Amino acid sequence: MKRNAAASRAAFALLFLILAAAVPLAAQDLASFEAKTKVHVLPNGWTFIIVERPAAPVFSFATVADVGSAQEVPGITGLAHMFEHMAFKGTPNLGTSDYEGEKKALDALEAAYQAYQAARLAPHPDKQKVQSLLADFKAKQKVASSFVLKGAFDDVLSREGGVGTNASTSADATRYFYSLPANKIELFAYLESERFFHPVFRDFYEERDVVMEERRMTTESEPIGRLIEQFTLAAFSAHPYHQPTIGYASDLESITMTDAEHFFRTWYVPSALTTAIVGDVHAETLIPLLDKYFGRIPARPAAPPLRTVEPPQVAEKTVVLDDPSQPMYVEAYHKPASTHPDQAVYNAIDDILSTGRTSRLYRALVRDKKLAVHVESFSGYPGEKYPSLWAILAVPAFGVTNQQVQAALREELDKLKSQDATDEEVARFKTRSKANLIRSLRNNQGLANQLAEYQRLFGDWRELFHAIDKLDKVTKADIRRVAGETFVSENRTVAMLVNKAEAPQPAAPKGGH
Amino acid sequence: MTIRTASTLLLAAILALPAAASAQATHAEDLRYPPLPRFDIPQPERVVLDNGMVVMLLEDHELPLVEATAFIRGGSRQDPADKAGLAKLGATVLRTGGTLGRPGDAMDDYLESRAASIELRAAEDHLQASLSSLKADFPDVLRAFADILRQPALDARKLDVARNQAVADVARQNDDPGQSMFREFRKVLYGPDSPYGRTETFASLGKIRRDDLVAWHGEAFHPDRIILGLVGDFQRDDALRQIRGAFGDWPKGPAWTHPDVPYRKQPSPGVWFGRKDESTQSWIAMGHLGGLRSDPDYYALEVLNQLFSGSFASRLVDDVRTRKGLAYSVNGSIDSDYDHPGMAYLFVSTKLQTTGASIDALLEEARNLTAQPATDEEVSKAKQALLSSFVFNYDTRRQVLRRQLTLEYFGYPLDWLSRYRSAIDSVTTEQVRAAAHRLRPDDFSIVVVGPAQGTDKPLTAYGKVTPLDLSLPPAPGKK
Repeated sequence: MKRNAAASRAAFALLFLILAAAVPLAAQDLASFEAKTKVHVLPNGWTFIIVERPAAPVFSFATVADVGSAQEVPGITGLAHMFEHMAFKGTPNLGTSDYEGEKKALDALEAAYQAYQAARLAPHPDKQKVQSLLADFKAKQKVASSFVLKGAFDDVLSREGGVGTNASTSADATRYFYSLPANKIELFAYLESERFFHPVFRDFYEERDVVMEERRMTTESEPIGRLIEQFTLAAFSAHPYHQPTIGYASDLESITMTDAEHFFRTWYVPSALTTAIVGDVHAETLIPLLDKYFGRIPARPAAPPLRTVEPPQVAEKTVVLDDPSQPMYVEAYHKPASTHPDQAVYNAIDDILSTGRTSRLYRALVRDKKLAVHVESFSGYPGEKYPSLWAILAVPAFGVTNQQVQAALREELDKLKSQDATDEEVARFKTRSKANLIRSLRNNQGLANQLAEYQRLFGDWRELFHAIDKLDKVTKADIRRVAGETFVSENRTVAMLVNKAEAPQPAAPKGGH
Repeated sequence: MTIRTASTLLLAAILALPAAASAQATHAEDLRYPPLPRFDIPQPERVVLDNGMVVMLLEDHELPLVEATAFIRGGSRQDPADKAGLAKLGATVLRTGGTLGRPGDAMDDYLESRAASIELRAAEDHLQASLSSLKADFPDVLRAFADILRQPALDARKLDVARNQAVADVARQNDDPGQSMFREFRKVLYGPDSPYGRTETFASLGKIRRDDLVAWHGEAFHPDRIILGLVGDFQRDDALRQIRGAFGDWPKGPAWTHPDVPYRKQPSPGVWFGRKDESTQSWIAMGHLGGLRSDPDYYALEVLNQLFSGSFASRLVDDVRTRKGLAYSVNGSIDSDYDHPGMAYLFVSTKLQTTGASIDALLEEARNLTAQPATDEEVSKAKQALLSSFVFNYDTRRQVLRRQLTLEYFGYPLDWLSRYRSAIDSVTTEQVRAAAHRLRPDDFSIVVVGPAQGTDKPLTAYGKVTPLDLSLPPAPGKK
């Protein structure tokens, strides 16, 4: 039966009409969105959010796993991201010509790798033994590979019209997403449950090479990649947020299929997974499908919480990276987790300082003093779940030093502490946050990502709407208070790229001084 | 519980399930799909104003937003050779410099206090202006948009800000090896003096004065050279009235002629190398010029590109990334552009020690396109992928409008998208095999940017090596 699409579209639109009227969001606005939104929690703990948006016969989804590189310990850095890659390798039912045979080959392969690794990492490695174990491993790799139907997961998706297939890993979470034509909803239920029910880590060691290339490409070959890695390492002294999500090179060379299996068992428990589905879907037919496919996965106990809390910073830290490139500047301050009530104030500060051509940093550094060509601030780097950083990245203009940029930047941060924001600034960030919410909901994928994220971080997708209420309540006094607490030298980490071979010499003093 | 009891219970459980509808598929192939509900391609309305401005309108009432996009005849390929960067700076300053009635800073305040935006940019083959606003503000923001296009102040102080940003980009142009590689590859393919290959320099940016912007604006901006598209929450009659009010009294300009843009017509086989010792990877591109969207084998090329590198299961990605683990990023395509040839290329970034292995793998995959011609199965899978994802070409009205503007600008038929579907459907294996000959590995230009020492194979194995200069050019104002 075809449902009445026009009616649901109207209900969906109504919410946004109310939103756009620039009045504080009331419970009633949320209620009209809730009418189109169903939350379904399986007995195993997997949470689904379903939004019916029948504008076109397509849907998108996002699955967010509450595990990121912050859950890694020394020796296995990079594994959360490595698992993300493995989630596209198939299952016993997908990607193999003969799973029985493949399973044996994979067990033999892993035994060979463990033997090789033990010899390689021994205190006094026997080079000949290492070589022969490596040869044995490579031979077993060939055998295991012969069972693999390469790219099977992606192949079925692209044949059935899947687009935007991708995933990402951060310090906090791992996200998986794609879109399909509406008539392929069962394919989604099948594939998404399969890969988190019984993933097979085939081609693990080949994929590890791919990830090492990813590290070389994104972190080692670009100046900004080199800078951000050193900056992040310096900014945290105890919390795992300092670890690069891509992993250290030596860990990438050493993580094993066994590590990945252990990581999966520990962290990918159904209660750590949230999936939001948005588009031309119908909750009453979708929920039985979800029960049938995702209900196959047994409940498992939640992993223990992270114990380490970053201690208060007591001394300013500075990292200077000599690099054969143009200068680049970062400074950052510790801030609470994004679930803290002050998060709305940090968002307001972000907006006032660096959003658009009216922002203070643009006007002072780019337009007037011409010291920088780009200034950007981030609230919640590298994550939002645990106490984190508020950071500024500045790109100096040609011939300008990092120090000149730093001085101008500090002037602006000091102003936030000593003077009230203007009425125009306050009005602007409130208007803009509402319009931004509307714009971010224009497409199925964007909406799915946000709902899943808010559900993961706050345990309630409604926080997406509450956040606007909170921003609406931010006062000038809040901004001065938070700026005063945050922008202090002992809470600061500075990192910069300096080309020592080509750094401009200080200009000769001009006459008259 | 005995085995017998267990199996009886199991049988009962299975029988209790309502038949096929509820069976949980074990393999993807077991799944059966209902037909996709009928969903027609939304058609924008096309109206031509008396002064020749083409307007396209597509209502979309889901959200209280209105967006406008204008395609304007022009683009960076028409910059004078000694003033490369003119259109880019012009587009920026048109917006940031404000209008005769509202200076740039006031324009910034005006737009941002309404959470609205107006932006301009110069692509190589067109200029583009865009507007986004909440529905309630649209009539006013449209006025500001028209003022910017018609009466810009082109404030010299904003030219300084824009130039400063462009100069910094030139200074940083070799910091990222990937950026160097793509730029040099274009230069080799189209020719260093071609507007498609050349880039801005300190010298060309330094020469651009406010007078140049004024002349550039006077020449390019006329209503009969603009195609304006509107999508969003408006009523057609109101919007047309507002558009006529804002643009209707703008007189026609002189007739427009398609620019004659020179580029290298002959391939230039050989190797070019740019040294970047701090990179841990070699960045490699190889290829020659591609084709036009109006070429008769365009649809066969679409199918070929899909099976060559369109998914993880495609030939190139499967071989270089999945099987050989040589790269995270690998890509290849015979690209077609609207009114000048695109590029046919293969690209990869790989660790220094597998530079030669990766070049070999790419060359082999390129040769295999003809040596191991596409099979019926490959062609059928590729066509199925293009056709089953076809709905994503028109699932939002914004992208439908955008495509129509592009087709109108380049003079392609407006029903191009529905023709595309049937054309892809009728592509044969023979046509795909014939189209594969468009890729000519013997004519490849190979550009490599990366460290000089430590590769597994010397670059001279692939032809005469011409060094690329990736050093910073002399600073502006210095000789």
